Amino acid sequence: MRAVIVGCGRVGAALADALDRAGHRVLILDTSTAAFDRLPASFRGEAVRGDGTDEDTLRRAGATGADLFVALTEGDNRNVMASQIARESLGVASVLSKVNDPMRALAYAEMGIATINRTTLMADAILEFAGLPGSGRPAVHAGRGHDHPIDVPFAPAPVAATPAGSLAVSGPKTGER
Amino acid sequence: MFIIVVGGGKVGYYLTRELIEAGHEVVLLEKTRARAITISDEIGSVVLARDGSEGSALAEAGANRADVVAAVTGDDEDNLVICQMAKHHFAVKRTIARVNNPKNELLFRHLGVDEIISPTRMILGSIEQDIPVHELLHLADLGGGDLELIEALLAEGSPAIGKASADLPMPEGCTLFAYIRADRAQPVRAETVFREGDKVIVIGPRDCEDALHGTLIGTEVEAGAV
Repeated sequence: MRAVIVGCGRVGAALADALDRAGHRVLILDTSTAAFDRLPASFRGEAVRGDGTDEDTLRRAGATGADLFVALTEGDNRNVMASQIARESLGVASVLSKVNDPMRALAYAEMGIATINRTTLMADAILEFAGLPGSGRPAVHAGRGHDHPIDVPFAPAPVAATPAGSLAVSGPKTGER
Repeated sequence: MFIIVVGGGKVGYYLTRELIEAGHEVVLLEKTRARAITISDEIGSVVLARDGSEGSALAEAGANRADVVAAVTGDDEDNLVICQMAKHHFAVKRTIARVNNPKNELLFRHLGVDEIISPTRMILGSIEQDIPVHELLHLADLGGGDLELIEALLAEGSPAIGKASADLPMPEGCTLFAYIRADRAQPVRAETVFREGDKVIVIGPRDCEDALHGTLIGTEVEAGAV
């Protein structure tokens, strides 16, 4: 599959390496080239310096139509924004966003963005190590239900140099919240 | 009105001050504690030192009864999340986001933000306004972005010169409603006859520009011209 990873921190680099080893095509972005030092010398994927919340940058890097998009920067807000660009504008079906604030993670899952939460994930791992029952809260929220928080028709800008149909929204639209 | 302003930079600071002066109830959320203290020393205890993209901070600020949430931080991603949380979690009627990258305007609108303010776009528009090109000038988006307000200068060669407004072949959905002559704005009436140098103001759908160009400017739209 074709995977796009935004954020080449420890997790991003490890995930990029694992996917690459498994034979997948990997594109990883980070705003700092120094971050790519975390990638092993054996990495065959593409590493691109750029802002993953910038639609043009993502397009130029070739993120359009990827099979998997994972946003793993240090900023929760950057991650959900990158994910929403990937889903709404780049036509990526499978999108996962790291959101460390549990409340925001739940809120975005309700808006249809799948989230992974390090806070809950680590707390549960530690509890398990100590032989105690987990927090009972899910660390991964599947994006569920409808497409949009609010149902608004989305007309591509007449002047934007985007390929026809690239801004089309797939899936059912509902006005429910 | 009760307004929550998020982001205590220059924009948020002056916005809060103006709103208070106009008699509104305002809460300002600024996540940097030192900055929050500075502002509250100056304009009083309307500042909460919290991150406005956190649901609990918006709740504490009273988002469930807010009429407007204005996200004016310097980071587009924060402004998006603030507005989405306000809409989704607190059903705030009107959300306003400052957008720095003009490319994000459409995305934000699509993702449910009610109003988008782009300083970059405004300055750009202002610069374009200073250039005396015989083209249509986009003034503002209306009706959620489906309509636009356009200004056109009737320069030499315009087929509209010497014609009465009622005789102009206006594109479907376009209304010519005002004109500016000698720095005076006047309503357009059916019998208004246009002269060279008039500026006319039109409201119409986004895709009417080409047809409008033919009616008001006259020359063919050059390839690549906006």
